[in-house]
Amino acid sequence: MAASAYVPGLASRTSDILDTPRHSAALRITHWINTLSFFALLVSGFAILLAHPRFYWGEAGGMGTPSILDLPLPFMKGGPSGWGRNLHFLSAWVCILNGLLYALSGILSQHFRKQLLPGKADLTWGSISREVSNHLRFKRPGVETSFAYNPLQRLTYLVVIFVLFPLVIWTGFAMSPAIVSVFPALVTVLGGQESARTVHFFVADFLVLFLVVHIIMVCLAGFKSRVRTMITGQITARKDRT
Amino acid sequence: MSKVSSRRKLITTGLATAAGASGLAVAARLADRYGLIPPDHGGIYGVGQTLTYASQRILTSHHSMAREFNRGDISKVCPVNGDPPEDETYQRLLAGGFTDWRLKVEGLVARPSSFSLDDLKRFPSRSHITHQACEEGWSFIAECTGVPLSYVLNLVGVLPQAKYVFFFSFGPKQKWGSLDMSDAWHPQTLLAYGMNGQELSTPHGAPVRVRVPRQLGFKSIKYLSRIIVTDTVKNFGKGLGSSSPEHGFSWYGGI
Repeated sequence: MAASAYVPGLASRTSDILDTPRHSAALRITHWINTLSFFALLVSGFAILLAHPRFYWGEAGGMGTPSILDLPLPFMKGGPSGWGRNLHFLSAWVCILNGLLYALSGILSQHFRKQLLPGKADLTWGSISREVSNHLRFKRPGVETSFAYNPLQRLTYLVVIFVLFPLVIWTGFAMSPAIVSVFPALVTVLGGQESARTVHFFVADFLVLFLVVHIIMVCLAGFKSRVRTMITGQITARKDRT
Repeated sequence: MSKVSSRRKLITTGLATAAGASGLAVAARLADRYGLIPPDHGGIYGVGQTLTYASQRILTSHHSMAREFNRGDISKVCPVNGDPPEDETYQRLLAGGFTDWRLKVEGLVARPSSFSLDDLKRFPSRSHITHQACEEGWSFIAECTGVPLSYVLNLVGVLPQAKYVFFFSFGPKQKWGSLDMSDAWHPQTLLAYGMNGQELSTPHGAPVRVRVPRQLGFKSIKYLSRIIVTDTVKNFGKGLGSSSPEHGFSWYGGI
């Protein structure tokens, strides 16, 4: 299998790197399950939003009370929020259970520590600003990025995995009257149930922003080869480039 | 891969599958026995409903209370959804100030009864200031006053085999729904006739509505006319436990 990969300049390193898959099986499977569940959560979340595309801060809010954000969307009462909620809660279960599996395998395989935690040298302003400027100039990721994440990627993934996803799950739970009857602090520290709903919406927006950038970066790096790597685990040389 | 290791793998996979399948079967039987399966457990969405209902039933107890607030937290505006029943009987009772209104409580009870509004008001009352959220996303905080459902259930003598309490409102397009015994006996579950220090207004479900603060607003059935205690959901509508699943919503509203 290593024979299918040929990366000039890296040949001496690749022979041993390529024998181990770029992404472990657990990571690949959980990645695609997460893709499916996230897409379902997005569509169904939007369907639920259409019932009341208005946001408040604090414990309570509704028509006749001041809002903090009015989205330019129609109010579709009795519309798609029925199936939206069914799909949302089903895919939330898939997302959470799959996420737990991912986190467990990431800890056991030391994926988080080895591949995602940036080295001390990478955390200097110089190295981060260089990465940021490369990204802003849409510089095509170099061959070396097939083998390791750059510091900006590492930090982004860590924020998505350990900040945004936990936050979106937490704010989801904070909207449940049954769950907060057991753990009231889940909602009180957020400032109230409507605050939890608002934070849930904004965190979801950041996740969508991540998704858009993620897909753009995959396209820039070579959509076919990167998707293939995420499916098979193997790195294939990008002959079109070299 | 060598033959031995592939055979070993096959055996391990087979054993794991068998263990998984029998584990699921045992789990399903246990879940059913401990009342962890909601009436709308069918279909692909039923998987999500069952996981949510079962885990929240395990998590919550008789002692986990919906948060209660102070007078100062009461919302100035308490929006409503839906219109009062156009049903002739309801309109007649409304015009008469509900003096002729009776709440029938029947089914698996030792003493089927019928209560007037004054009867209910004579019973020990409880008030709580709780948050009520609509599934649509908006919410309000209000004080509800009423008689605990548990008091009425004790009065009529619920039989031990009871599993659900069904609530019906007025009219041909009536909403109806049910609670499991856990929420039916819960101390915060009220048959509410007062709101924010006044009689329950018509838009909010006069003369009496259920208030179940550990679930979303749609579980708090308005315009009550009848309560039936049962051990099965089969005989009502499509057998999904309430009218909401027939419109694509879940039976359980603890989310």
